[in-house]
Amino acid sequence: MSEILEILLSANFWAASLRIATPLIFGVIGALVCERAGVLNLGIEGIFTAGAMAGWMAVWLGAGLWGGVLVAALAGAFFGLIHAILTVPLGLSQHVSGIGVTLFATSLSYFIYRTALPDVSSPPRIEEFEPLNIPGLSDLPFVGPALFQQTPLTFLALFLVVATAYVLYRTPLGLAIQAVGDNPSAVESQGLSVYGLRIGVVVVGSAIMALGGAFLTMSAFDAFFFGMVNGRGWICIALTVFASWRPGKALLGALLFGAFDAFQVRLQTEVGAFIPGQVFLMMPYLLSIAALIVVARKADYPRALLVPYFRGQR
Amino acid sequence: MVHSPSDAPLVLKLDGITKRFGALTANGDVTLELKQGEILALLGENGAGKTTLMNILFGHYVADEGNVLVARDGQRLAELEPGSPHAALEAGIGMVHQHFTLAENLSALDNILLGTEALSALKSARAPAQKKLAELMARSGLAVNLDMRVSQLSVGEKQRIEILKALYRDARVLVLDEPTAVLTPQESETLFATLKKLSAEGLGIIFISHKLAEVIASSHRIAVLRGGRKVADLPTEACDQRQLAELMVGHEITETVREPGHAGEPLFVMTGVSAGHGREALHDIYMDLKSGEILGIAGVSGNGQTMLARVISGLETPAQGTMTLGNRNLDHASARMMIDIGLARIPEDRHHDGIVGAMSVSENLAIEAIRKPENQQYGLLRFSAMRERARKLIKAYDIRCQSEDSPARLLSGGNIQKIVLARTLETEPKVVLAAQPSRGLDVGATSDVHKRLLAARGRGAGVILISEDLDELMRLSDRIAVIHRGHLSAAEPTETLDRGTLGLRMAGHSGKDAA
Amino acid sequence: MIRFEPRGPVGVSRMIAVPVVAAVVALILAAVPMMFAGLSIFEAYGLMVTGAFGSLFAFTEMLTRATPLILTGLAAAVAFRAKLWNIGAEGQLYAGALAAVAIGTGVVSGPSYILIPAVVLAGALAGGLVMLGPTLLKTRLGVDEVVTTLLLNFVILLFVQMMLEGPMQDPMGMGWPQSEPVLDEAALPKLMARMRIHWGLILALVAALGVYFLLKRTVWGFEIRAVGENAAAARHAGIPVTATFIRVGLLSGALAGLAGVGEVAGLKGYLTADLSPGFGYSGIVVAMLAGLSPIGVVFAALFIASIFVGADSMSRATGVSNYLADLIVAMALLSVLVSGLFLRFKIRFVGANTTREAAE
Repeated sequence: MSEILEILLSANFWAASLRIATPLIFGVIGALVCERAGVLNLGIEGIFTAGAMAGWMAVWLGAGLWGGVLVAALAGAFFGLIHAILTVPLGLSQHVSGIGVTLFATSLSYFIYRTALPDVSSPPRIEEFEPLNIPGLSDLPFVGPALFQQTPLTFLALFLVVATAYVLYRTPLGLAIQAVGDNPSAVESQGLSVYGLRIGVVVVGSAIMALGGAFLTMSAFDAFFFGMVNGRGWICIALTVFASWRPGKALLGALLFGAFDAFQVRLQTEVGAFIPGQVFLMMPYLLSIAALIVVARKADYPRALLVPYFRGQR
Repeated sequence: MVHSPSDAPLVLKLDGITKRFGALTANGDVTLELKQGEILALLGENGAGKTTLMNILFGHYVADEGNVLVARDGQRLAELEPGSPHAALEAGIGMVHQHFTLAENLSALDNILLGTEALSALKSARAPAQKKLAELMARSGLAVNLDMRVSQLSVGEKQRIEILKALYRDARVLVLDEPTAVLTPQESETLFATLKKLSAEGLGIIFISHKLAEVIASSHRIAVLRGGRKVADLPTEACDQRQLAELMVGHEITETVREPGHAGEPLFVMTGVSAGHGREALHDIYMDLKSGEILGIAGVSGNGQTMLARVISGLETPAQGTMTLGNRNLDHASARMMIDIGLARIPEDRHHDGIVGAMSVSENLAIEAIRKPENQQYGLLRFSAMRERARKLIKAYDIRCQSEDSPARLLSGGNIQKIVLARTLETEPKVVLAAQPSRGLDVGATSDVHKRLLAARGRGAGVILISEDLDELMRLSDRIAVIHRGHLSAAEPTETLDRGTLGLRMAGHSGKDAA
Repeated sequence: MIRFEPRGPVGVSRMIAVPVVAAVVALILAAVPMMFAGLSIFEAYGLMVTGAFGSLFAFTEMLTRATPLILTGLAAAVAFRAKLWNIGAEGQLYAGALAAVAIGTGVVSGPSYILIPAVVLAGALAGGLVMLGPTLLKTRLGVDEVVTTLLLNFVILLFVQMMLEGPMQDPMGMGWPQSEPVLDEAALPKLMARMRIHWGLILALVAALGVYFLLKRTVWGFEIRAVGENAAAARHAGIPVTATFIRVGLLSGALAGLAGVGEVAGLKGYLTADLSPGFGYSGIVVAMLAGLSPIGVVFAALFIASIFVGADSMSRATGVSNYLADLIVAMALLSVLVSGLFLRFKIRFVGANTTREAAE
């Protein structure tokens, strides 16, 4: 018991929770806006990989860290555009198209990485983002190291949560996004373009997802590995349902998830001798399934999710 | 009938519109004019091309030939950019679709503001909008609670939001597609009073309808569409119902007549049935259907009819109460069980619940009995037997299709309904549940449905007819009950009821108020 | 503006043309990454063709690679037919392989005619049971099966690793995380001497015929098609929708499990955690290329297998990454999606202006 308390009381644990949550925040926010507009984006897993690889590669080629972030976002936007074109004007199955985009983005990223770096025994490293030192806040006892010694991408993720919530609930654009995910003909009959809105949202949402991948190679680690995304994208899709498509709840869900993960890693060092490591590694996936089960009964899916819209059809 | 503004300027002209869908010509060279302050009724039966024409006007479709001309702000008629709802709205055309185009997850105000503000705006300007809407509501008499989520509003309120959407954008032409289909007679009258007031202020109005009485009562001019072509365009003073009916259908109409029936013993009984939750929930339903009668269920759409049909269809288990057929208890009946005990179900949404579009006509005719020995042996399908029976039914029910192997989705709405009728009525069921059986069908197909239901009644079946069409109900039903907010009134003989009484009950007034 | 006009019944020739066109498009698109990698295009294509078809050995290797793809392709096809989105064939494959190893490495002994069916059945059952969970969660609670099956892939792979490092580790394996070898009596026999091709291929072909027959001729198949095309109407017509989903889930998982059986009991002889290079995911591509037709799955699997084997061989000769194969396969999926539109719709590109010009 005292070990558990000790873990919960260490600033280090809370810092790790926020760090683990960061890519998930990007992913859930990206998935959330796409689904709010009525498009399920299962390309997320591949978009994470593409963002991780493209961002890292750009930095490695000398674009600078923020240049890398931009390149990652553009890569995400590119794959998002493919998914958007296939599912919005062409109205193809969002499930299959998403899986296709994931396979495409993943294999393309691997291929480019392998082709650019054919024979390296250990992956080359880059100079990753350093934790920000915010005068005043970072030096606070406990709270400082727990919350304010994060890299800039974590703060960007937190900012995106607030920005997304504001746009979604307070601006004409956000209302249009909510409407197009509920009843596209409401949008079209008011003179707005259903396709334009949906394509735009999927492209931007995918760019945000890709930042989650970029965080992996530019903040969490300093190199790109095959299989490093490891299902994080799928976890984000589950968390989106768990968050009832609300940015605030999405942040909460990602943080809970991060805290749980950080906790089990620390618990593992305590009791790892008795329980195989794989049991701990399974936890995030099982937890995601559990989260889906918990909310399943009351999940209030956007009404037009998965439903293609063809003009003049009501 | 209302007085016509004879010398007002034109605000809208549809010039030689032709629209084809594959082999079908939905509109053939239709020309239509609308003056400022005029109410034009566009009359035609289902499938005559009215909605297509209005969808072209509003930019949902692009016409294959012809163009749309609009006068902006008292100027001369100018061509409207085709295929753009945005352009139509800009030109002052407002449209109220039959199926409302509202985002249910937003408030009424949000729906009205949608698309009126720049998407790049950082903030939605609500205060001035609310002020303008308050004025509009006061002037037109269209009252809506602007802050309520649309999902919580009634059908009538949703329609008022749709009209406010157009007025808020300063529409000079308002198009309403079958606006009274979902209203009580009294609500319809209020609507037309509002429309007259708006037209007197200079709004040009086109309303689509297939109801002769309201067309004659509430328009200046009537254009009749038949088979996609305009067959008449007359001032309302020059029209009478019989003439319009013949113009609409193209031949004399023989109305289905209900012979006096021989109602027998109670057959299908619901006692204290409650089910579902929210707006569509059922509360304490009592119903006793007798053999050899048609029991009509009247009501404004969204008052629990869908749930009632689902319960009787075996798709929803009641939370409370009992259902019996003869002495058989049906409290936990499944769809399968309902079929097996002889309860035929005609679903209200025939495309969604009635057929599997990708499967063939013959498979759709067999689907309810696919596990019966006539269709399978040892789990293997008996295709030749299925086809043979399909060919017989196609003939008996006059289902127009290329062959029994054509995918059902290629058939017209009327023929899809015939598939449903054929497979459910062929088994000579004891009870028939017909939910909105003629919705969206043309006169011929409708009269076919009516004949089949009367025939079922004639051979002793009990028929539950759920409909929003009072004329249909009064023509076919022996008794009529009214459903309002999930409560079902006691059924009364049709002879003792009139439209006014039914309308008041549909609006929630009890029998006493009505009397 | 694009306009879709639904087509009537579709002829067989068009149904075949669509995936063929998609496959060709994917191969042509592959030229872009090949040029990026500095390959001479024609040489590379040549190497791929000879790599898959150039010799008897190459050809049997291709068939060996196609074996699990036929089974995972069938798993996806039958599930997608019912609109049950089983994306978990990868995990079900491992579950099948694990069960095959559990039964086939000496726990029970006996002659081949007992052990082989036991191993096959155990694998199928394990795969089916893994899919049963997500299916029940979908039918009982409405949990989206896409996400649960995807997540289970990771869980099962970790479980396999745990078993291979724990109770099922080969004591003679020098500490490598691998299982004990499958007994000779439990192994699927080879089809040809000195080649790796094994009876799993026959099993896969029989499975394809079986699924074809099931869907086409049986009441269960009728119900699967009805549920997949319109679940609401199927339910209204009294078809047991939940039972149908459960049947489909079990069958789909079992087919993927069989793929795992073939890989351990027919090909590798023991289980490692890198048994499958993504056969489960490639199965989705196979199924989509096949237009969800069970017979089509066989041909689509042969195509995908030749890409993999051909690209492997080309990669060995040129040093270019064999992720090229995955890339071509992914592009094939995206192209078949688009070309599938031409099957269901007549597509016309009409601008507002062009229509009006046509009118004049």
